[in-house]
Amino acid sequence: MNGPHDLGGQHGLGPVAPEPNEPCFHGEWEKRALGVTLSCGAFGAWTIDESRHARENIPPATYLAASYYEIWIRALETLLQRHGFVSARELIEGRMLEKGAEPKRVLKAEMVPAVLAKGGPCDRPVDIAPRFAAGARVRTRTFNPTSHTRLPRYARGKEGVVETVQGSFVFPDDNAHGKGENPQWVYTVVFDGGEIWGEGAAPGLTVSIDAWESYLEPV
Amino acid sequence: MSHDHDHDDHHHHDNHFSPMEARVRALETILAQKGLIDPKAIDVIVETYETKIGPRNGARVVAKAWAEPDFADWLKRDATEAIASLSYTGRQGEHMRAVFNDGETHNLVVCTLCSCYPWSVLGLPPVWYKAPAYRSRAVIDPRGVLAEFGVTLPDDRKIRVWDSTAELRYLVVPERPAGTEGLDQEALADLVTRDAMIGTGLALAPLVRS
Repeated sequence: MNGPHDLGGQHGLGPVAPEPNEPCFHGEWEKRALGVTLSCGAFGAWTIDESRHARENIPPATYLAASYYEIWIRALETLLQRHGFVSARELIEGRMLEKGAEPKRVLKAEMVPAVLAKGGPCDRPVDIAPRFAAGARVRTRTFNPTSHTRLPRYARGKEGVVETVQGSFVFPDDNAHGKGENPQWVYTVVFDGGEIWGEGAAPGLTVSIDAWESYLEPV
Repeated sequence: MSHDHDHDDHHHHDNHFSPMEARVRALETILAQKGLIDPKAIDVIVETYETKIGPRNGARVVAKAWAEPDFADWLKRDATEAIASLSYTGRQGEHMRAVFNDGETHNLVVCTLCSCYPWSVLGLPPVWYKAPAYRSRAVIDPRGVLAEFGVTLPDDRKIRVWDSTAELRYLVVPERPAGTEGLDQEALADLVTRDAMIGTGLALAPLVRS
């Protein structure tokens, strides 16, 4: 979707504000936000792609004004309601009112080290050969789905070169919507700055994205 | 979704909390009452990222690559396995790639679409990495962004920006500073800042020892 998250190349969002000796968390609630988000992810009720799409669906004015932990919490509330774990009324009242859906698992303290160490690998075998080889010239597709995609707007309809065939991975555009993992080959595709930004592009700039095969057409 | 627009208004009775403190506290309370979360698990997660998983992991990877050409080759070829050999693998570091700065090219990593970041080697991302200013400008004005970090590159240095749009996570291996020949790997790791491994910084020069 062409949501507020797709920020590459936008102007007017201000200078970057590096914070010397930045603490790991800015307040207690950020710690709880991280922990609650990861704990709920462990339910196994939604995928990382669905959670990203929930964040993208936050209204633009809210999204741009929010810290990233706030974005996480707002999206988490959406996911918990969508999957029946928590009701809107419970969120308003701040307490349990009814028993909700049963998760596949609850993350207990003793499980945390192993769960964090394992992560969630999303490479998956496919039984077809990659369509493109390193060095191939490709053009990214032009499309504007209202659903989830990981092809940013600034890189649509652009010509670039496949630098590396990175392996085959879960296809987020399908997986975010419960349509299955449908893995595809993923390629690192490099674009000249001028191809993306045209006149006035920074000299000596190249930009790469990691693109699923169906984002690409041969040139 | 409709509650999104008015939800902030429901916690006015919690005057001593900020709206987000109140909101997260309410959510944690509901989830704990339902037995869906273990508050102690949250403590363990927080402690892990505060004390165990941080940029020192990545700094040790870089120092080893500087000191051991065979390891550097392995890191270039298969960063996931090379990093796993040091046990720095895990969540948001499942599929790693290492990209090496040299005299010709400077590498800069961003996630324009969300906040993808190599947690297992760098820890949790800094606020600016997840914020709109960096995510919007890194791909179009990298030199302007670098200037805000106090970094000026030679005019003829090429800049390669890696937008982390898939599940590959990137670690920048900065150039090894001059005058570090005699240093062991722990001393070398002291020179490798988090920002140097994102590409918004360079490795530090060694302290001159008398």
